[in-house]
Parts: sequence; C-alpha cells; structure tokens
Amino acid sequence: MKRRNGLVRDLVQNHQLLVMFLPVATLLFLFCYLPLSGLIIPFKNFDFQKGIFGSDWMHPLFNNFDYLLSSDAAFRAVRNTILLNVLFIAVGLIFEVGFALMLNELRNKYFKRVTQSLTFLPFFISWIVVGVFTYNLLNYETGAVNRFLEWIGAGPVDFYSEAGLWPLILTIAIRWKVTGYGTIIYLAALTSIDNSYYEAASIDGASRWQQIRYISLPMLRPTVVILTLLAIGRIMNADFGMFYAMVGDATLLFPTTDVIDTLVYRSLRQSGDIGMASAAGFLQSVVAFVLVLSSNYAARRIDRDSAIF
Amino acid sequence: MLTRRFSLSQTAIGAIVLLFSLACLFPFIMVISGSLSTENDIVNYGYALIPRHVTLSSYKILLLGSSRIVDAYIISILVTVIGTALSIIVNGMGGYVMARRSFKYRNVLSIYVIITMLFSGGLVPWYIICVRYLDLKDTLWAMILPPLANAFNMFLIRNFMMAIPEDLYESAKMDGASEYRIFFRLIAPLSVPVLATVGLFVALGYWNDWFLGLMFIDKQELQPLQLLLRTLVSNVEFLKSSSNAAAMQQISATIPSESIKMALTVITIGPIIFLYPFVQRYFVKGLMVGAVKG
Repeated sequence: MKRRNGLVRDLVQNHQLLVMFLPVATLLFLFCYLPLSGLIIPFKNFDFQKGIFGSDWMHPLFNNFDYLLSSDAAFRAVRNTILLNVLFIAVGLIFEVGFALMLNELRNKYFKRVTQSLTFLPFFISWIVVGVFTYNLLNYETGAVNRFLEWIGAGPVDFYSEAGLWPLILTIAIRWKVTGYGTIIYLAALTSIDNSYYEAASIDGASRWQQIRYISLPMLRPTVVILTLLAIGRIMNADFGMFYAMVGDATLLFPTTDVIDTLVYRSLRQSGDIGMASAAGFLQSVVAFVLVLSSNYAARRIDRDSAIF
Repeated sequence: MLTRRFSLSQTAIGAIVLLFSLACLFPFIMVISGSLSTENDIVNYGYALIPRHVTLSSYKILLLGSSRIVDAYIISILVTVIGTALSIIVNGMGGYVMARRSFKYRNVLSIYVIITMLFSGGLVPWYIICVRYLDLKDTLWAMILPPLANAFNMFLIRNFMMAIPEDLYESAKMDGASEYRIFFRLIAPLSVPVLATVGLFVALGYWNDWFLGLMFIDKQELQPLQLLLRTLVSNVEFLKSSSNAAAMQQISATIPSESIKMALTVITIGPIIFLYPFVQRYFVKGLMVGAVKG
C-alpha cells in the first residue's frame, strides 16, 4: 500500500514532464506499438470487417507461409532485395570514401565548396523526380541516352524492357542522388584528423598517396565499419520509394528489380492478397529485427558511441 | 610549394570532381530546358540542354488548364507546414523529457522510444491499423501523423539538450518555473540549432513524401504534388479528364505531354531549389557536428 502511494506521489510530482511526453507516447503507441499486434495477421484468415483480433485463425495455421514459400515471386524478391542491397552498399562505400578523399585533396577552397554543393543538390529532390530524370534520359523515343547512341551509330536500347541493365541503372541513380550526402560524414572524419600526422609524414618523405594509405584510410576505418554494419542491419528493407518511383509497374523489369517491399505493396494494395503480403512482411520484420540487433551489437563492440543503442 | 598546386594529381582529381558535380547538375538543366521547349522540338530532336524555341505554354496549361495542380500544391504546402511545426514541438518535448537527468522515469521512457527503432510490425499491420482502426484513409492527417514522432530525431534533440549544463535547469526550477516554461522559454531557444536541423530534415521529408499519399489517399483533391507528378509521368490522360473544359477544348488535340511532364517536375522541385543555398549550409553543419561528436 505504501509503495503504491509512493508511485502515485511520483506521478503527481512529475505530471508536467509526463504530460509533455504524452503526444510522443500516444503517437508511438498508435503507429509503432499497435501495428506490432498485427504480427498475428499472417496466422489469420484476415477479414477487414472483423478486424485483427476478430478474424478467424488460419487452417492450417501456416497456410499463408506455405503459400509464400512455394511462390517463385517471393523467392525472387528476397534474392533481389539482398543482392541489390549488397551491391548498393559496396559501390556506395567505394564512391563515398573515394569522393571524400578527393574533395579532401583539393586545395582551392572555392572550387571545393561549389562542387560539394552541386553534388549535394540531388539529395533534396524526391525519388519521383529522380524517376522523371531517369525516364528523361532513358526513354526509347526522346531519351538523351538513346539520342547519343544513335549519334555514335549504335542502335537505340529499350531500357524499360531490359531487366538485366537495371541493377546498374539503379546503382547509378543512387550514387547520383546520395553520394554528396553520404560523403559528408567521411569528409568530417577526414577534416578532424590532426594535421601534424600529415606534416610528420611529409617530413619523413611520404608521398600524398602514402599519406592517404597509411594515415587517412586507417583513420576512416571505424567510421567505415560502423556505417557499413548499420547498413547491413537494414539489408532486408529496400528503399520502397526508389523502386516504386524508378520501376513502378514495369512488369518486364521485375526479374531483377522486384524486392520484398514492392512485392508486399502490390499484394496489399493491388491484388488485395493480404495473406501473402502479411506473411512476407512478417518474415521481413523478423529477419530485420535480428539483423538490426546483431549489427548494432557489432558496431557497439567496435565503438561504443557509434551504435544507436 | 607553388609548383605543387599545379601538379598532375591535383588537376586529375579536380577534373573528376568537376565532372561528377556537372553530372549532378545536368538532369536539372535538362528538365528546365524540356519544360521550356516546344513539344515539336522534343519529339523531333529529343531533350536538349538549351531549348531551340522557348515557350511557356506548358506552364500555362498546367496552371490554368487544371485546378488539380493548384490543389496539389496547396495540399503539399499544408502537409509540410503543419507536419514540420507539430514535429518540432512534439519531438522537442519528447527529447526534453528524456534529457531531464533529474526525471525519475526518463530511462523507462527512453526504452519505450528505442523499442520503436527495433521492432516493426511491417507494412501490412501498419496499413490496417491506420485504415481500419484510426480511420485515416483519405484525410490530410494520414500524410502528417504517421511519421510525426520519430525516435531518431528525438534522440538527436535529447543529446543536444543533455549538453546544456544541468545547473541551468536546476536554477530555473528553483526560481519556480514550471517544466513547460523551462522548455519553451529557456531550453527550446537554446536548442535552436538542433531544432532547426531536425525541422529542415522533417520539412524536406514531408515535401518529398508521396508514399503516405499513395497508401492512404484515393480522393483526387487530396493528392500531394509528388503523387500527381508520378501519375502524370505514367499518363497524361488525367489532364483531359479533370481540366476545365473550355480552356482545354482548344489545346486538347495537341497536349504537349513531354514538356508538361517537365514543367510539373520543375514546379515540384521549385521551392527546394529556392531554399537550397540556405538549407544546405545548415545540413552540412548539422551532419558534421553529429559526425565529429565522438
């Protein structure tokens, strides 16, 4: 009884702070905690009228999963999600570190600032706009790339039916959009390196290349490792915005571009197959949870401050 | 040292950096040029960096021919302004509560927030909750509320506020200030750098968002600008179906579909390009500070 009183008194005493937290608590409850209860949806024969808890259980219970796992589309989506993300992470790492090193080498301050601003610009536009740009460059009749190909004597390519080219196109699009942004953290790490290292090295006769190899790169290592680990933690989640805006409903491109997120979206909103969509989403959530935890654990082992939690 | 400035590697690196930054600019110029070109030029010669014949007709068609563009613009502005304002207040207060060292439950509340970064129900349950239980379908709130409370932003704000000396909180408290007063009068003004950075990120997110619109908005008059652009890119037919008939009568035979797409693209990125020089400095600074803190 006494304890209870203590708690009540505590709550009364702190009621102002608790009230201030109330909007956050409510919003997170509605949009993050309530959906967690929906993780049982794949085990149910979901009926919109009856709701999440009112719907009947699935018979057999794992029917949605059986259906999902026997589907070629699901296998393809998982494979594409992982392969494309690995490609994006690897190429991104090389580009961002490389570009940061190059910017760091530039001596002309004005040139450096202008070019950095220009490369940061694409970060500010939506994927929809990037989709328009891409269409602009690649469409069959009026696209700049095809005009160029004609001009040098090669035939035009119908990019929107060539699935094989799209991993490359998507990689280029991402690099175009976020290299300037991604570079900033590496550049910050580079500028925070104590100048005396470089001075000492150059007195010892180290060339610029040797200085990069033996000073800059080792100093960047922790940042690289942590950012990469955190990216790996998100490997099951594709950037839905990018895929939907760039590929959309171009069915011909699905063999290389259909990912879990787009598959779930289509099953949910277009074919109305909630069973399949929820089963795919369930597996994605579970795997993502394990990946986030383990990558964060690994990041924490390397540098305590860099982990999210 | 003077000779080094003109060294080969400097020139080569400069050239690569320059090429890449031009490549970043190139599509923007092409879209602007396309929006100013006549449809004939685009069909006959493709997109060019400089329009052969400059015309504003596609902008006229967009702005006068269809009220949907103006509607979408208003929707996008409303969502961005309301969303950003609410987001700064809500996440600011959340961050503040978690930053108060003397607050007994701050760790419990922090864990409550962190958990949302770990677990996710996934798209399907989230969608069903929003539509079936919260009744957000076809409302403006559907584009504002779901991403409003954001764990990452809150922790950014919290970390900034925790760097403010504890004495300041204590002395304000001694003077009899309420928590609301301490937050709004003392801590929030001191936290302008972080609140502004978060606010800019959030604003950019709301302006560029179309996913929420795609999920929840079926009503045409509630569609945000980005979604309209997406619709237009996949088909120009909507103009014919939705525009004011009289103005459309004359042009409907020759709707310049390509240059209209480009014009709408320009309209969509317009405000951002306008804000860009100011905003970019903030972003870079904010990110740099975040990165070097360790």
